[in-house]
Amino acid sequence: MSAFFVTTARYILAFAGAVCLVCAVMVSGSAVALRDLQAANAEQERQRNVLFAAGLADPEEELTDADMAERFAAVRAVVVDLETGAELPEVDPASVDPLVEAGITDSSRAVPENLARVRRVERRSVVYLVEPGGELDVVVLPVRGQGLWSVLYGYLALEADLDTVRGLTFYEHKETPGLGGEVDNPNWKALWPGRRVFGTAGEPIIEVARAAAGPVAEDPHRVDGLAGATMTSRGVTNLLRFWLAENGFGPFLERLRGEAAG
Amino acid sequence: MATETRRILMDPLIHNNPIALQVLGICSALAVTTGMQTSVVMSAAVVAVIALSNLSVSLLRNMIPTNIRIIVQLTIIASLVIVTDQILKAYVYEISKQLSVFVGLIITNCIIMGRAEAFAMQNPPLKSLIDGIGNGMGYAAILLVVGAAREVFGAGTFWGIPVLPLASEGGWFTPNGLMSLSPGAFFVIGFLIWILRTFRPEQNEAE
Repeated sequence: MSAFFVTTARYILAFAGAVCLVCAVMVSGSAVALRDLQAANAEQERQRNVLFAAGLADPEEELTDADMAERFAAVRAVVVDLETGAELPEVDPASVDPLVEAGITDSSRAVPENLARVRRVERRSVVYLVEPGGELDVVVLPVRGQGLWSVLYGYLALEADLDTVRGLTFYEHKETPGLGGEVDNPNWKALWPGRRVFGTAGEPIIEVARAAAGPVAEDPHRVDGLAGATMTSRGVTNLLRFWLAENGFGPFLERLRGEAAG
Repeated sequence: MATETRRILMDPLIHNNPIALQVLGICSALAVTTGMQTSVVMSAAVVAVIALSNLSVSLLRNMIPTNIRIIVQLTIIASLVIVTDQILKAYVYEISKQLSVFVGLIITNCIIMGRAEAFAMQNPPLKSLIDGIGNGMGYAAILLVVGAAREVFGAGTFWGIPVLPLASEGGWFTPNGLMSLSPGAFFVIGFLIWILRTFRPEQNEAE
């Protein structure tokens, strides 16, 4: 087949090098050219999911960019020191990317081994507060943790009592489509509002059950498991419990509770 | 030539379908066919990758050293798949999220390497391009039928629009949960192959 070319070792190496070079240019070229569009998509997706979790938008409705901006204006992003639970009003939320900071030694801390398999937690995170008329209505917390194949990233929205779930939504994961990927399913997400995350002793006991759970009034601490996705279901339980406890947003929620009481 | 072009293009649709007859590329056909939208995007991605990979391999076919040809084919296919994935993430973000890893897994789709090695290495660029499109369409045809069947019977919708009134919403249709799960695709593909071979008995393997 290679009648015109003598297949010497030098030719083979040169040919392989040339193919690699062309392919590398193609791949990196497309990655660089499309990066801004992808980043804009990801940012919009993040805002949409904060709105979904907080119940300010419905996944079914078509939202224009203007609608999104308008609704997101009701949401106040706040930078929080996770260890003390204090707000950091001097820090611009747009300048903080908690997921990036979690990956840098100086801006994160190691946490004890946990079921959510979170190894390092950022020192400061961004939470979203909805406060119509100055009264706290909803607080939206970013959560993440290991599912079956991947880390699930999402938002948990709690009512002003800091116990009742307003909504839960995941915006990034690589779980099996149709099985664990059903964490995106609106019907499953609709099971969450009204459930309660904390037990009487104040520890997070919310659980994705192995089978069907009862209605909200009778079975407030459990939600139906995802059929065929035991590991993903367990992952959701573990990540919620992790982020609601002392190494996650525990201190922050504690401070909010104190403010509400006093 | 015209009839030959037609043959190269149309053969893989029914006569020599890569999924139904050659039973290749089943993995992604099972995973992404839960609905029409994902099936259509996945089909488009596969058609684009297989057509371009056939074209590039064919253009290089007289230059590729025989002893590294598989690696060269794989490099080309892998690069095309990554570019496709980037484009999907930029322009159809929602659906690309649902397809998740399966766009990346097009690299391992046997249809694509199969056509590069079996056809593009021996045939001129235009023919190879057409062969790529034809085989991509053959794959797409099955994906679309399976996607349609699974979405209609598994969720009662088509392209996200309700077509069968759900019992849970006052209608009469109870969705078949099996259809939303991957094994459901096995049944649908099995039925398709059965139907195809009933009408075209020459496709049956010899006993």
